[in-house]
Amino acid sequence: MKLPYILRLADDALIIGQRLGEWTGHGPILEQDIALTNAALDHVGRARSLYQYAAEVFNQLPKEEQLACFTSAAIQDKIRTGAVIDEDTLAYLRDGWDFKNVLLTERPNIDWAYTVARGLFLDTFNFLYFTALSKSADATLAAIAEKSLKEVTYHLRWSSEWVIRLGDGTDDSHEKMQQAINDTWAFTGELFIATDYEAAMTAAGIAPDLKLIQQQWTARVQEVLDEATLSAPADAWMQQGGKAGTHTEELGYILAELQFMQRTYPNMQW
Amino acid sequence: MNNINEEKVYEWLADVKDPEVPALSILDLGIVRHVAVTDNSVNVTITPTYSGCPAMDVISIGIRMALAGHGIKQVTIDQQLSPAWTTDWMTEDGKRKLKEYGIAPPNRKAFSSLGLFEEEEIQCPRCDSTHTEMVSRYGPTSCKALYKCLDCKEPFEHFKCH
Repeated sequence: MKLPYILRLADDALIIGQRLGEWTGHGPILEQDIALTNAALDHVGRARSLYQYAAEVFNQLPKEEQLACFTSAAIQDKIRTGAVIDEDTLAYLRDGWDFKNVLLTERPNIDWAYTVARGLFLDTFNFLYFTALSKSADATLAAIAEKSLKEVTYHLRWSSEWVIRLGDGTDDSHEKMQQAINDTWAFTGELFIATDYEAAMTAAGIAPDLKLIQQQWTARVQEVLDEATLSAPADAWMQQGGKAGTHTEELGYILAELQFMQRTYPNMQW
Repeated sequence: MNNINEEKVYEWLADVKDPEVPALSILDLGIVRHVAVTDNSVNVTITPTYSGCPAMDVISIGIRMALAGHGIKQVTIDQQLSPAWTTDWMTEDGKRKLKEYGIAPPNRKAFSSLGLFEEEEIQCPRCDSTHTEMVSRYGPTSCKALYKCLDCKEPFEHFKCH
């Protein structure tokens, strides 16, 4: 149960890092281009720490169990030949259905409003989640959370400021910001629905209780939306599946770009 | 190893600079947590500043190179995440060097009482005015934000409290 849980945290970090990285060279002004690139780097850095830990846990499993973990032929070959499974293996060689990131992280950037709406929802979650995770019974996860919390606080300030600036801006920016909030809302519910492996980790004192995080998240997001003169959509049907490996088609495109080099030129280094 | 002790290694590590802020050594930054000398090797434990900071890999190479220059070939480097690095660990000497280099040093206790929407007062490293304005929360490296001085009109970088 621990391996899927660590991968779930790592996959969130990698996929949002890759998404934000798409803005590099395309930001509306230089400072904001740099801001998103910095944030992307924080996420990818966190992904590295988590994948290293996941690899450590994976390598302690018996071989039969290892073979049952991932469908990817490239990983199965590595296990059979006794090659080391490391952070790169987990990031570059797993197939889409073995990724456990929430659907929110794979939402496309679309435009600035959609990017900051996704940012507000995810950064608020990360801020509260890592605050709780830094008290985890698992020392490694607690250390990674403690480290990440400092970075995530910057992300949250940044995305909150943008939502407020655009929401409480011109008629045009307000309308676009509200539209982005409305369209992204359906992807927030999944954050708080515990899978079996998350529930087991919460019971073990390792993972935070998602019910508590949800209460705090709702209050915090509402505070920012109020300040931004925006409204939260009424309770609506929520999209889910990512944590269990059922993704939107977006993930395929992300992985195609992310994994291309290692899939096409196995073990290449540069 | 003969004639080598921890104190000596610390002396040598003072020559290893932060590649992104070369005014500072890794000792000024406060990222060296522990040095251990055994019969045939030296172990250095460092703590990363920011999770994705590419300088950490370069710093590890810098440590190996510096020690190799003193004839030490067996070097192991460990990364320790907890307790997380904070700018409070930067030495006073380091903060002075930063200012001389033109970067406003971190000046409050990291993560003290600053609320989510409050801004701190940053002093211009050139004219010492506190009449300054943030241009961007992020800068050319993870650890810095961009500011400008409203008195002397100079743009400058601020090493963020972390």
